[in-house]
Amino acid sequence: MITPLAAAYTTSTGEAFQFWVLGTVAVLGALGTVLMKKAVHSALSLAGTMIVLAVFYLAQGAYFLGVVQIVVYTGAIMMLFLFVVMLVGITAADSLKETLKGQRWLAALTGIGFGILLMVGIGNASLGNFTGLGQANAKGNVEGLAALIFTKYVWAFEITGALLITAAVGAMVLTHRERTERRSTQRELSEQRVREGRQVPPLPAPGVYARHNAVDIPGLLPDGTPSALTVSDTLRARGQVRDVSGEALSDLAELEQRTAERLGRKPSRKEVGK
Amino acid sequence: MNPVNYLYLSALLFTIGAAGVLIRRNAIVVFMCVELMLNAANLAFVTFSRLHGNLDGQIIAFFTMVVAAAEVVVGLAIIVTIFRSRHSASVDDASLMKL
Repeated sequence: MITPLAAAYTTSTGEAFQFWVLGTVAVLGALGTVLMKKAVHSALSLAGTMIVLAVFYLAQGAYFLGVVQIVVYTGAIMMLFLFVVMLVGITAADSLKETLKGQRWLAALTGIGFGILLMVGIGNASLGNFTGLGQANAKGNVEGLAALIFTKYVWAFEITGALLITAAVGAMVLTHRERTERRSTQRELSEQRVREGRQVPPLPAPGVYARHNAVDIPGLLPDGTPSALTVSDTLRARGQVRDVSGEALSDLAELEQRTAERLGRKPSRKEVGK
Repeated sequence: MNPVNYLYLSALLFTIGAAGVLIRRNAIVVFMCVELMLNAANLAFVTFSRLHGNLDGQIIAFFTMVVAAAEVVVGLAIIVTIFRSRHSASVDDASLMKL
């Protein structure tokens, strides 16, 4: 799969095939990142694109970078993104309202123009022949990189360490929240509940008639209407509450009707509809 | 296939990322598009490394990855902080300094 890279003006057929197949996947992933409505789907598309790029690095002789791409990007950075989506996600649905009129179309147009400019630029550049990394990788890719990092680029490498430490401290400072008041005890919380008098006992459980006990199904009040108190706020905010009250009532009505037929009574709709 | 195609792919991915930054309103997705642009640049670096037959391009791509990691950490911390104070991750809502 990984081709020898000695005389690499044209790649092997295998690499060309790999490029066209995986390149399509990469572009689809990138488009998915931009066009998917939910942030989680965007993150997954981006992870796909990054894995494809890792394969391209491996195919081009950058073995170390290919592995680092998977470990750092898809492993660490995308997980960080997913964590933040988890923290922020519930109400983070993208608004489709445009604040600036026509901004979306103008942005797309700008993007297309920029892309054309970039591609024409690459097309007109005199890139010359590809040398290939056969010689540079002769003693091993990692060894070659290490030799460069610790000689020519050692200063940049050290500065990178300072940057990483600054970033870690910065993230801690930014996300740390000082508690300004004492955390109230359980006793104080219960006293407050009684004083407010809104919901003194624990919240009622979800589920209907011991048939649906899933947490996303609201329990029914005596008159058959679903009670909003029984499902969590998060599910309500996401609009993921499944209401089966109508179903339950129609089942009940059917049962009543069958009973009535068997007993030879006239089915009275009034009684059932209640 | 000429390996220059990798450069075209890189340009395409960069363009898609740039358009995403301009189009999307969700700060997290905007951030992901920035990451996509950085990745596209890395692909170009690796391809140029192959073109010139030395490893300097790969070193630069490696440094880009490090800087991207630091940037993601700080950027996501900022997004979380803004979300805490405004209860929204939309870039339109952070307009406190607008007249």
